[in-house]
Amino acid sequence: MASIPTLKQVPDAPVAPVPSGTPPQAVRGRRRLRARILLLTTMVAATAVFVYPLIWLVSASFKPQSEVFDNRLIPRSPTLQNYVEIWNAAPLALWMGNTVLVTVLAAVAVTLSSSMVAWGFAYYRFRGRNALFFLVLATMMLPGAVTLIPTFLIWNALGQVGTLTPLWAGNLFGSAFYIFLLRQFFLGLPRQIFEAARTDGANDWQLFRHFALPLCKPALIVTLLFEAQAAWTDLMRPLIYLRDSDTFTVPRGLKAMVDQFGFAGNWHWELIVTASVITTLPMIVLFFVGQRHFIEGVATTGVKG
Amino acid sequence: MLFISPWILGFLVFTLWPILYSGYLSLTDYDVLSDPNYIGLENYRELAEDPRVVLSLRNTLFYTALSVPLHVGISLMLAMLLMRAQRATGFFRTAFYLPNMTPPVAVGILLLLLFNGHDGLVNAVLGIFGIPGPDWTTDSTWIKPGLVLMSLWTLGGSTIILLAALNNVPRDLYDAALVDGAGAWRRFITVTVPMISGTLFFLVIVNTIAALQSFTEAYTAYFGAGNGTYSNDAALFYVIYLFRQAFEFLNMGFASAMAWLLFGIIMVITAVQYVVGRKLVFYEGEDGG
Repeated sequence: MASIPTLKQVPDAPVAPVPSGTPPQAVRGRRRLRARILLLTTMVAATAVFVYPLIWLVSASFKPQSEVFDNRLIPRSPTLQNYVEIWNAAPLALWMGNTVLVTVLAAVAVTLSSSMVAWGFAYYRFRGRNALFFLVLATMMLPGAVTLIPTFLIWNALGQVGTLTPLWAGNLFGSAFYIFLLRQFFLGLPRQIFEAARTDGANDWQLFRHFALPLCKPALIVTLLFEAQAAWTDLMRPLIYLRDSDTFTVPRGLKAMVDQFGFAGNWHWELIVTASVITTLPMIVLFFVGQRHFIEGVATTGVKG
Repeated sequence: MLFISPWILGFLVFTLWPILYSGYLSLTDYDVLSDPNYIGLENYRELAEDPRVVLSLRNTLFYTALSVPLHVGISLMLAMLLMRAQRATGFFRTAFYLPNMTPPVAVGILLLLLFNGHDGLVNAVLGIFGIPGPDWTTDSTWIKPGLVLMSLWTLGGSTIILLAALNNVPRDLYDAALVDGAGAWRRFITVTVPMISGTLFFLVIVNTIAALQSFTEAYTAYFGAGNGTYSNDAALFYVIYLFRQAFEFLNMGFASAMAWLLFGIIMVITAVQYVVGRKLVFYEGEDGG
């Protein structure tokens, strides 16, 4: 566990080394230019593959039903009709409200609890610490399917099935991945700071609240953003726990629309497409707000502990 | 310790107890409405005899075997290209990651639209090159390849992880290889691959575990709600069948047995990968490579 996640900007790559058997200057320059053009063309093509489906989706949401499948980028007769219809066909505002509530609660809950636990594992030395921490890591290996049914039965016994509670309340107990991430970060902080604060009379809680947490803000932001994304996009748990359309989250509502407008035989792809855009857009906004943190967080994920 | 108490509580209530109870349920007949009825290993015997368990397992393994190598391989290619993009790296990195923000439900819907056999975008593009595309979403031979291709849309995360690993490879190793007269391919094999093998190994394991549990995209695209009127066996993944057994047919005992079988399969595959990986992965500070 020696390496410390730096959460620093991944530096841009230096220029690739020039191959051996060096040709004369002019030829080399031309060759390098050609390689550069080839590289950029490939990259732009790859970008198109990744980004075009999203642009296509947005464009299709402005097309009338008859045009959804023609693949032109600019709709021939652009219309807002789909947005109006979807607004009337589904309690979208309610779904949005539910999803925002679940997302915020889930992200805040997991960040608070995971940082507490991570701090406990990073700062304090106690008997069985390593064994317990190994257990934390081991739970990451457990497939969700094993705990799925008993967890449902717990919420059922508590009378919470049909409410939004099961979608976030479990997060109050921390999550192995974030505990691991945050612990690595805490371990990287210089211990002297805390010893000094302690000498000045800070108690355990103050140490955590006023010194540890502020110093690990970047890692906390990564946790918040990752969990917000996970909570917003989750489908399986809303499928299991939500019954009435009034309690649906946006992805759950979207699935209901696929069933209604797709599988039920009255193909209204223009409405499904529009609902997809509405479901996806908040995530795109979140990404552009927290872009740097997302990319750094993902890059850190692969760092072996 | 006070600080770790939330996790201890959570572990006991939401991990340990569920594991034990799920183990017990797998030995019972349980429909939630009446009490569990102990039936011994009956569920496990039924697992082997249920053709859909076998089918969903085959589908899942096929999907995993196809998607993981492609996912990691293409991510590596893109990461290598990103290394050379210099100042534009940041822009392309952002563009490649963007699809990862798309909710899996929406990815499932995009699959149905883009891979639509008649007027989908994918076949339109193939048409430009004179290739007649198949009916990706309705022809049962092409449904899984379609799902694999769609899953590759979200490989940006792996690309970013590999890019970070590539950036950590010491430059002087390349310089040394260059002095020794190693060509581009030779440098890739002798320097790049060994130095990032730990990350490659991590990605293979993580992606395999994820692929074995894939659910949302295929469920959205090929399975209707509730009564199970619409379903497509070619897209029946293991977790989808488990989910339907548990929450649509209320066979909680049978589904628990399925969960334990999945756990076993994941353990075996991960263990095999780990043993193979130990031989192939190069760790700094060890001898050789």
